Amino acid sequence: MRIELVKRPQRSALFSMLSPFIAFALTIIAGAIMFALLGVNPLDAFNIYFIQPISEVWQLHELAIKAAPLILIAVGLSVCYKANIWNIGAEGQFIFGAIFGSIIPVLFPQFEGPFVIPLMLLLGMIGGALYASIPAFLKTRFSTNEILTSLMLVYVAQLFLDWLVRGPWRDPQGHGFPQTIQFGDWAVLPQLMPDDGRANWGFVFALVAAVAIWLMMSRMLKGFEVRVLGSSPRAGRFAGFGFNRMVFFTFLLSGALAGLAGISEVSGAIGQLQPVISPGYGFTAIIVAFLGRLNPLGIVAAGLVLALTYLGGEAVQTALGISDKVARVFQGMLLFFVLGCDTLIHYRIRLIGLALTNGAAKLEAAPKLEEAR
Amino acid sequence: MDITINILLTIATAATPLLIAAIGELVVERSGVLNLGVEGMMIMGAVGGFGAGYLTGSPWIGLLAAIIVGALFSLLFAVMTLSLATNQVATGLSLTLLGLGLSGMIGTSFVGQPGVRLPNLDIPGLSSIPVVGKLIFGQDPVFYISIALTAAVMWFLFRTRTGLTLRSIGDSHTSAHALGIKVIRYRYLAVIFGGACAGLAGGHLSLVYTPQWVENMSAGRGWIALALVVFASWRPWRVLAGAYIFGAVWIGQLHAQAFGIPVPSQFLSSLPYLATIVVLVLISRNKRLTMMNTPASLGQPFVPDR
Amino acid sequence: MKKLLIALMTTVAALSVVATAEAADKLKACWVYTGPIGDFGYSYQHDQGRLQVEKALGDKVETAYLENVSEGPDADRAFERLAREKCKIIFGTSFGFMDAEVKVAKKFPKVMFEHATGYKTGKNLGIYNARFYEGRYVLGQIAAKESKKGLAGYIVSFPIPEVVMGINSFILGAQSVNPDFKVKIVWVNSWFDPGKEADAAKALFDQGADIIVQHTDSTAALQVAEERKLHGFGQSSDMIKFAPNAQLTALTDEWGPYYISRVKAALDGTWKPDNVWLGIKDGAVKLAPFTNMPDDVKAMAEATTKKIAGGWNPFTGPVSKQDGTPWLKDGEVADDGTLLGMNFYVKGIDDKLPQ
Repeated sequence: MRIELVKRPQRSALFSMLSPFIAFALTIIAGAIMFALLGVNPLDAFNIYFIQPISEVWQLHELAIKAAPLILIAVGLSVCYKANIWNIGAEGQFIFGAIFGSIIPVLFPQFEGPFVIPLMLLLGMIGGALYASIPAFLKTRFSTNEILTSLMLVYVAQLFLDWLVRGPWRDPQGHGFPQTIQFGDWAVLPQLMPDDGRANWGFVFALVAAVAIWLMMSRMLKGFEVRVLGSSPRAGRFAGFGFNRMVFFTFLLSGALAGLAGISEVSGAIGQLQPVISPGYGFTAIIVAFLGRLNPLGIVAAGLVLALTYLGGEAVQTALGISDKVARVFQGMLLFFVLGCDTLIHYRIRLIGLALTNGAAKLEAAPKLEEAR
Repeated sequence: MDITINILLTIATAATPLLIAAIGELVVERSGVLNLGVEGMMIMGAVGGFGAGYLTGSPWIGLLAAIIVGALFSLLFAVMTLSLATNQVATGLSLTLLGLGLSGMIGTSFVGQPGVRLPNLDIPGLSSIPVVGKLIFGQDPVFYISIALTAAVMWFLFRTRTGLTLRSIGDSHTSAHALGIKVIRYRYLAVIFGGACAGLAGGHLSLVYTPQWVENMSAGRGWIALALVVFASWRPWRVLAGAYIFGAVWIGQLHAQAFGIPVPSQFLSSLPYLATIVVLVLISRNKRLTMMNTPASLGQPFVPDR
Repeated sequence: MKKLLIALMTTVAALSVVATAEAADKLKACWVYTGPIGDFGYSYQHDQGRLQVEKALGDKVETAYLENVSEGPDADRAFERLAREKCKIIFGTSFGFMDAEVKVAKKFPKVMFEHATGYKTGKNLGIYNARFYEGRYVLGQIAAKESKKGLAGYIVSFPIPEVVMGINSFILGAQSVNPDFKVKIVWVNSWFDPGKEADAAKALFDQGADIIVQHTDSTAALQVAEERKLHGFGQSSDMIKFAPNAQLTALTDEWGPYYISRVKAALDGTWKPDNVWLGIKDGAVKLAPFTNMPDDVKAMAEATTKKIAGGWNPFTGPVSKQDGTPWLKDGEVADDGTLLGMNFYVKGIDDKLPQ
C-alpha cells in the first residue's frame, strides 16, 4: 500500500474545520486503546485528562500560566514562518529576555517603584530581540542558514544562563544553590485575580500580542508584505519589498515576543533566575505555531490545548496513578494526529492499493515510462 | 603514557554515539530532510537495545534490536513528513517528545536491573601490543562499526551513483523529480537509515557506555549530534573529527578538574556551538563552498505533482 | 461528530463522580518528586518509602505522587493540585521545592506539609533531612584501608552544603586511618547523567585514584570501577547488582520508616510540624552490607557505624579548616546550623571549593 497526495486547487474549507476534530477523535481512539492496555478505564482517563482541568477556576489559572509563554512565542514565530523565515531558536531568545529583564532585580535590588516592572519587560524584549538579531544578521550579511544558527544559539544561551546563576549572579545567601536572589516585590509581575488563582499579566500580554499580530497580518500592509515575500520572494522583490528588511523585522519581532515571554515567566511565575527556566517552551511553541496553522487566533486555541495536555497529564498521574510518561506519550500522539490531519486541508489523500503497487513496480522497472509520468 | 592511552580510549567511547547518530543524520540531511527527532530515536534505541539484551542475555541481539527500534521509530517521521507532507521541524520535535515518553513507559520494568555489556574486542597477541594494541585492537565493537560506517557513508555519498542521486535530491528535489528520480523513496530510505543509526547510537549508550537503563539517559546527546552535522558542513570525515573534538573537550574538562585546574566548564561546553556558527558563516560566505556542501532544499517539504 | 463527543464526555463525567466518591474516608498521603521514579537513585528511594507506607498502613491510606516536577512554576502547581485533591499530608522531596511549598502551605492551613532538605518551616510545614555525612565518614575509613595508592576519586554534583559536608566527613574518616590520604574531586554539575558520571570516573581512575566515591545518583561510576577491577561505593540505592565485585558498600537512603511514622501521626491526629535530621541511629541512613573487603576492615566499619549510631558525631574536634585555621576545638562538636550552611573544606583537601 502506498499513500499519494494530490494537491487541492485551494485549501479545503471543510477540512480546515474538520481536521482538528478528526485528529481529536483519532487521539481518543488510540488513547482509549493505550489506557485500556494499561488497565485503566479510558472514560475515567479522558474525563480527568480533558474535562477536569477546565472545570475548576484555579486550574483555569494554571492553564493560563502554562499557555501564556507558548502563545506569546508562537505568535511571533508564526510571522517568521509565514514569511518563510525559519527562526527555531526561540528558546534561546526566551532565555536572553529573561536574563536582560532580570538585570534590574538581580543587580539593582534597591531600585524600587512602579516603573520597575515596565522597565524589566522592556529590557526583556530588547534582550530577546538582540539575541534574535544575530541569526538575522548572519542570514542577511552572509546568507547563513538561519535554522541552524538560531538552533546553535539556543545551546549557547542555556550555557550562558547556567554560568550566570552558578557564578556571578548566584545568591550569596543561597546555601550554594545555583539560583539568584528572590526578586523584590516591585519586580514581580502582578497576578490578575489573586483571590482565585495565580495567573499573571503574562497571559494578557499573550492575548494582546495575538490580537495585534492578527490585525497586522490581516489588515495591514506589513502583513501583506510578509505573506507576499513568504509565498514568492521574487514577486515580493518586484513589489519593492526588501527581503533583508523582512528578515530583520520577523526575527526582531519574534525575538522580542520570546524575550517578553521569558521575563514574564521569570518575574511572574518563578520569581528568580535558575539554571533552567523553561521546560522547552521555545521548542514546544514551534509545535503550537503549526497546530494553530500560523494563525494568531488559532495559536491561542492551540496554546491552550497544549497547556491542557500538560495539566491533564498531571491530573491522571495523581488520580489514576498513571506515570507521567504515559501522559507524554498521549501528548505525542495528539501532536502527530493533528499534524497529520492538517495535511487534508491542502491535499487529497489517495491510497494506492496492493494491486496497483504491483503495477507501479513494473512501471518502475522501466525508467523511461517513469519519466513520462 | 598509560594515562594518555586511557584518555584517548575514554574520548573514543564518548565520541562514538555522537559520531554514529550524526553520520545517520548527515545522510538524512543530504537527502534534503531535517529530522530534529534524533534525541527521540536515540533514546528509543537505548531502551530497545537494553530491553532485548536484558531479556535474551545477548548484547548482540540487544544491539540489533536498538537498530531496528530506531529505524521503526524513524519510519513514523518518514510517513508523516514524506507521505503526508507535514512540517519537518514540528514533526521532528514531536518525535523527540514522543520518544522520551514512550521509552520511559517501555523501560519502567528495566529500572534497577543490570543489563548486559557488549565485550571489548580482544584479539590474542594484537590487543596486548604496547601503546597501539588497546587503541586499535581492544575497543568495543561499536567503535569499529562507527569508523566503518563513516568510511562507508563517505564512499557511498561521493563515490557511488546512488550517492550522487541522493545528494542531487537534497540540492533540488524538483529537478531531481523532473529527471525521474523517485525522490520520496530515496528520502524514505535515508530517513530510515538515519533512524537506524540513531538507534545504534542509543544502543551504544545502554549496552557499552553505561550498561543500564534509566530514563532520559541520552541526556541531550541527540541534540549535539544534530549540531555536529552542521559543524561538519555535511562532510562525513568532518563529522568524525567533530565528534572527537566534542569528546575531547568533554573529557579534557573532567581531567583538568581532577588535576585541580578550575575551568569555566560552561564556556568550554559552548565552544563547539560557537564554532559551528563560525563554520556555517565561513562556508556560506563563499558561494561555491555553499553549493558544494549545503543541501539546498533542506527542510522543505516535497510533494510530487503529476 | 461534535454531538457524539459531547455525549461521550457527559457520560465520562458522570462515571468519574462515582469513581472518586468511593475512596473518601482513607487518609491520602502524597509525594512530589523532582526526578523520574525510574532514576534508581534519589527519587526512586523516596518512592520506595511511599510504597512502604502503602504496605505498612494498608487500606487506611491512599497514596499519590507527581514525578519529574521541575523546580519553578510547575512546582507551585504540583503542591496546589495535591492539596486540592484532598491530600492530607504532602511530602516535597527536593530542596528546590522550598518556596513553592511555603506558599502553598500558607494557602492550605489544614493540609500537613513536609519538606526534605530545606530550612523554612511554618505552622503546617515541617522539614526533614538525613545525616548522610555520618555514612560518608565510614566510607572514608573503608576507602583509606582499601586504597593502595591512598587516593580516592570523588564525583560530585553541586557545591551545596550537603555535598560539601559529605566531602569533609569522608576526608575526616579517611585521614583518621591514613593521615596522608588524598582525594581528587570532579564536579559534573548534574545529579544525574550516567554518561558524564562514567567519564568522570574514568578520568579519576586514569589520574591514579583507585577507589571511587560519588554524590551523584547513577550506577555508571560503579560500573566503571567493576570493569577496571577497582572499588567504589554505591549511592542512594544498594547497587551491588551492578557491581558485584566493585561495591564495598552503599550509602542508602531509607525514607520508609520516617514516612510511616509521619503518616501514622497524621492518622492519629498527633502530627506537628517538626524539624528532624535523621541519621544512622534512626535507620534513615543505612550502609549496605560490607562486601569485597577483608574481615578486619569490615569489623572496623561496623564498629564505626555502631559508634555513630550511639551518638558520636564525625565532626568532633579537633578539626581545622582547609587553610589551617582551627574550626573545632578538641572534643567540640559542630552544631547543626554550621553544618547546614557549610561552605568550606576541612584540612586535608587540596581542591579549591567552587564559590
